[in-house]
Amino acid sequence: MCAMKREEAEALIQEVLEVYPEKARKDRAKHLAVNDPSAESAKKCIVSNRKSQPGVMTIRGCAYAGSKGVVWGPVKDVVHISHGPVGCGQYSRAGRRNYYTGHTGVNAFGTMNFTSDFQEKDIVFGGDKKLEKLIDEIETLFPLNKGITIQSECPVGLIGDDIESVSKKKGKELDKPVVPLRCEGFRGVSQSLGHHIANDAIRDWVLPRRDGDDRFESTPYDVALTGDYNIGGDAWASRILLEEMGLRVVAQWSGDGTMSELELAPKAKVNLLHCYRSMNYLARHMEEKYGIPWMEYNFFGPTKIAESLRKIAALFDDKIQEGAERVIAKYQPQMDAVIEKYRPRLEGRRVMLYVGGLRPRHVIGAYEDLGMEVVGAGYEFAHNDDYDRTIKDMGDATLLFDDITGYELERFVQRVRPDLVGSGIKEKYIFQKMGIPFRQMHSWDYSGPYHGYDGFAIFARDMDMTLNNPCWDQLKAPWKKAAAEGARAA
Amino acid sequence: MPSVMINRTASGDLSLYVPKKDLEEAIVSLEHEGPGRWGGEVTLADGSRYFLEPMDEAPRLPITLRARRL
Repeated sequence: MCAMKREEAEALIQEVLEVYPEKARKDRAKHLAVNDPSAESAKKCIVSNRKSQPGVMTIRGCAYAGSKGVVWGPVKDVVHISHGPVGCGQYSRAGRRNYYTGHTGVNAFGTMNFTSDFQEKDIVFGGDKKLEKLIDEIETLFPLNKGITIQSECPVGLIGDDIESVSKKKGKELDKPVVPLRCEGFRGVSQSLGHHIANDAIRDWVLPRRDGDDRFESTPYDVALTGDYNIGGDAWASRILLEEMGLRVVAQWSGDGTMSELELAPKAKVNLLHCYRSMNYLARHMEEKYGIPWMEYNFFGPTKIAESLRKIAALFDDKIQEGAERVIAKYQPQMDAVIEKYRPRLEGRRVMLYVGGLRPRHVIGAYEDLGMEVVGAGYEFAHNDDYDRTIKDMGDATLLFDDITGYELERFVQRVRPDLVGSGIKEKYIFQKMGIPFRQMHSWDYSGPYHGYDGFAIFARDMDMTLNNPCWDQLKAPWKKAAAEGARAA
Repeated sequence: MPSVMINRTASGDLSLYVPKKDLEEAIVSLEHEGPGRWGGEVTLADGSRYFLEPMDEAPRLPITLRARRL
């Protein structure tokens, strides 16, 4: 039950690596580590953001997924064209549950799929003409769109279409932002590069549109909520807390966001950054160009929320600081009730997490509030700086894994036998069939929100619902169970 | 010649960020920090060294500059 010792964890890693041929073993060994919270930098203990090995199952996505799916997709009043063959757009359509308000097909386009549906002739003769025609069609059919993004799929880069010139031409013609994204799937090692490309496109094509335009009346309490994609309503649950403490949220990036919010972010006083991995590039850019400081915060679990609210308030005056205390005082009794109810049912349970680039470290606090322990954590596409932040949050001798392969994760779980695994849909059924409770931590398993105080109540209920579900006692066939019990009695 | 971002951290120290390498490291020494001249050789906490073209005035931070690896 208690956590593994350092030697045990190291032996486990060696054991898992054994099946690989020598070269692959050498490579994979660099991506698996035993945590040492006293280490100052993750660079020595784990290697990240490297190309996946051919021949192993990786769970990563592509640059298009990072740009269209993650960063740009939730911007609701903009039409995102999946430029290339039809599949990429269709199979990623509306799967992420980034909620938004608005009328789909009229003034919001979040769950729709727009694609240029490349055919052979477009590959041979180029797709620029088709793209122009497509943009005209969009303008006719959906006149309330506030802009268009062109999300390149692999073939666009391979045949060398000039989507930038089309964008410039059409942007001038329509007097709307038309943003080209060179996010072909083959670029980079994971979706992480897609985030970067999307960030750079916002930097180059969107933010400068309002440079020197001071018509927006700002207040000293304006903040931009960045890096929150409103999965299951997360951004809404975060936003109300900020507003309750007296701040004004002028931009939501990009969950339930709009084009004008993207343009307005440089007018804010502070950038509040939730997902560091996918938006830090822009936060750094805005700090340099517009002098807006940015701050990472964490809205998972009451301990971290209170900590974050105070940290945010410290950037403002007494009024906001009082507001933060008021908000904490208001919600703390509710949270105490939630913890009182669920903690006895969850205390001491162990969790293993393998998610994208942020959540493995951010949800640790929420699990700890429930008395649970994170015994292993890994990222699909994190970079060095993410691991720097993670090693401090994780316990001693816990497992760290980067871009873990399907086989390694299965073996780790088999041997560590955590009480709960948190990862994505592709992992879910493997572990459920192994008899281990599982929660999807990308889509909150179709639940949510998990951010903020309201989210924590749902988070706690969901963890309890999954872990203490009576089905886990029914995994053995009744006749085998009787035999086992008989054997024990005898 | 990677482009690097020099920033001041919350604790008041200088830090250097190399976007291409996701390297964010504290600066332990900067050759010219005084008024009149800013830049020169930079040593990071991990021991690596960079050279920044010296400037006449200390710039407003953060700033992105081209640096040379030494």
